[in-house]
Amino acid sequence: MENNFYTEKVIEHFQNPHNYGKIDNASGTGKVGNVVCGDVMYLYIKVNKDEVIEYIKFETYGCAAAIATSSIVTDLVKGKTIKEALKIDSKKVVESLGGLPIIKTHCSLLAVDALVEAIRDYLEKKKKEVPKEIEKKHEILKKQREEIEQRYGSQ
Amino acid sequence: MYLDYAATTPVDKQVVEAMAPFWFENFGNTMSLHYFGREAKKALEKAREEIAGAIGAKPEEIIFTSSATESNNTVLRGIKAKHIIISSIEHACIKETAEWLEGQGVKITRVPVDKFGRVNPEDVEKAITKDTGLVSIIHASNEIGTIEPIGEIGKICRTHNVLFHTDAAQTFGKISIDVKKMNIDLLTASSHKIYGPKGAALLFVKQGVKINPFLRGGGQEFGLRSSTVNLPAIVGFAKATRIAKEEMEKEAARQIKLRDKIIEEVLKIKESYLTGDPKNRLPNNASFYFSFIEGESIILQLDLAGIATSTGSACSSLKLEPSHVLLATGLKPEQAHGSLRVSLGRFTSEEEIDYFLSVLPGIIEKLRKISPYGK
Repeated sequence: MENNFYTEKVIEHFQNPHNYGKIDNASGTGKVGNVVCGDVMYLYIKVNKDEVIEYIKFETYGCAAAIATSSIVTDLVKGKTIKEALKIDSKKVVESLGGLPIIKTHCSLLAVDALVEAIRDYLEKKKKEVPKEIEKKHEILKKQREEIEQRYGSQ
Repeated sequence: MYLDYAATTPVDKQVVEAMAPFWFENFGNTMSLHYFGREAKKALEKAREEIAGAIGAKPEEIIFTSSATESNNTVLRGIKAKHIIISSIEHACIKETAEWLEGQGVKITRVPVDKFGRVNPEDVEKAITKDTGLVSIIHASNEIGTIEPIGEIGKICRTHNVLFHTDAAQTFGKISIDVKKMNIDLLTASSHKIYGPKGAALLFVKQGVKINPFLRGGGQEFGLRSSTVNLPAIVGFAKATRIAKEEMEKEAARQIKLRDKIIEEVLKIKESYLTGDPKNRLPNNASFYFSFIEGESIILQLDLAGIATSTGSACSSLKLEPSHVLLATGLKPEQAHGSLRVSLGRFTSEEEIDYFLSVLPGIIEKLRKISPYGK
């Protein structure tokens, strides 16, 4: 049976999360998850003229894995260019935490979704071209949200 | 510090002492005819008498099993009924077995509960049909601590000549039970919830009630539960029952005082709510939900502060679904996600409660700072 316990790294980030809070006038915001399911992540990014993510903050409702993945994503992204940030995937997030219980893998996916959504929001606001893949993902997330809202009522 | 006594309890030292002779000296098989077998059998019957007395039953009405789950499975599968009535807040071992039976063609009715988690006996009466063979209602909820009106439901079942079972895993040894007065035909209780060892439980089967055995074989336990009996655990169970009975009144009063202190103080936290019945609740259960945050995070933060508690949040369950009990009381999933159960026991002191109460508000505040909601 797989291990259902958290690594020390997860606990460390859960106990002292990095970069939590809100950025007013963020360049981009990514909001993913649904309170009905128990995980919600808001990711705020501030991008400079060189397309470097200078500041990043998160607000998360959820379990220890959700909080820890949010925290590690902010660490991984801070100081990176948009292009570099888009290379971060859920595997990288899980690795950086020294592993996640299998049942919590969806938290790492959610954290990456929040990042991609924040970048998409930034690109759209700047009237820049949004890569097809990101747009496709955005449509899927939107559809999922609508389905949940239909099932449980909007939040 | 342990505040999760509803999950399981440590074994009382007196219980360990009572069990000691049954590992090496008095190790016989109760079915053997020789000295060792006879000594084992004597101890088994003494344990049976002790435990029967605690609920007003006859010794031959008590069957020892390995767990409350086994007892509950035996009842639901062993009573041949076309229609079974349960509540919407049963423990998983009743809930899941009922779902399985449904797949086998048995009709299952789940009576609802009110916002306090109480079953209305009238709903049970209305649900009874000519096909109803069994009503099974939990005595008190393991999650929210609500005590159900078992006596009234028992009376209704007796009037309609329907068998009545109650899962008393959380109440046996904590509040008084009289199977005759309460018109109970079948009852489940477990050792490890009352400072006895794991691996021993009971099923009370009223004389004359026909039930099919779940395990067949050597014919132990009046042919209703074949298996070599787990004598050390059963002896421990009996000792634990005796202590629980002797201390019940005093212990309940002490725990109620601590419980009410917890409830009063926790509800001072903004957007915190009590779950379960404010009055009819287990002496040792204080359960809540907190808006804007998630339960697994709460219990892990408490754990990091050295306090063991429990939650009905989806994130803490293997199925990633919030507690069906909390949803049955009308909570929305996001409210159920923020649940916390504190359960007290014999070894809980007021100092421990004070420590818990000093730590909790800070944890709730910390998690709310991280959360996007409630600002």
